[in-house]
Amino acid sequence: MADLIAKTPLWGQGAVVSGGVTLAEVDLGQVTSVAPFVGQEKTLAAALKPLVFPAPNMVSAKGAARLVWTGRGQAFLIGAVPDGLDGLAALTDQSDGWAGVSLTGAGAVDVLARLIPLDLRDMAVGACARTSLGHMAVVLIRVKDGFELLVFRSMARTAWHELEVAMKMRAARLAC
Amino acid sequence: MRITCPLCGPRDRREFYYYGSEDYLTRPEGEDWDAIDAHLHLRNNPAGRVRDLWYHDMGCTSWLVVTRDTVTHEVFGAALVADGGVSISAKMKSKGGAA
Ligand SMILES: [Zn+2]
Repeated sequence: MADLIAKTPLWGQGAVVSGGVTLAEVDLGQVTSVAPFVGQEKTLAAALKPLVFPAPNMVSAKGAARLVWTGRGQAFLIGAVPDGLDGLAALTDQSDGWAGVSLTGAGAVDVLARLIPLDLRDMAVGACARTSLGHMAVVLIRVKDGFELLVFRSMARTAWHELEVAMKMRAARLAC
Repeated sequence: MRITCPLCGPRDRREFYYYGSEDYLTRPEGEDWDAIDAHLHLRNNPAGRVRDLWYHDMGCTSWLVVTRDTVTHEVFGAALVADGGVSISAKMKSKGGAA
């Protein structure tokens, strides 16, 4: 049988550094949409431990496993396998549907200010938002050194391009 | 213009899609075609407070009932349709809050 080689959404795109900000691809691994069934919340809460089902705009994390709020009654499980959740929540494999990138460095917030209609200066680590990156829908996650962005896989290269242009325009401004 | 999504918080207008009057939430029962015709096509066009359906398409993808003023452009608030936007609307109407 053929040994298929999995390609990441950005095909192993190398990181770009500009103005002290680094744009890099993030391999999200398995992504599962978790939508709790009505009446199963308590059982689900026990099965999710040590994670908790996140409040709106929040991320629950333990080690590499993250549960990211993505809408009313819906969160994405990233970095973990949804074991033991059958019958407690609607589970949908989203792994091939999303591309992940990280934007890190002190100026990351200024780069995103050019593309995202939110004031991200006070966004705390562990918070997330569903919003827009230019004309694209994005799941934005605040991480320790900056941000992670999840976009539809079909828009991976467009998102990369927009972010890279915003980084370089900001860097050019800084150099003036 | 900003709308405060009950889930996401205050967001720019560009994240939302406008649908129309909250009347769309109260579809007539049965086969009263005049009522259905009115439901689909007849709208008041008040200068003042209105309650409309908006979709948070670039956010949490929730349907909202947004109360705003067409004269001052003030936005008074937004409620999730799923949380009973209809019943909230009925309460507002009984208080004379909405046109
Ligand atoms: Zn929302």
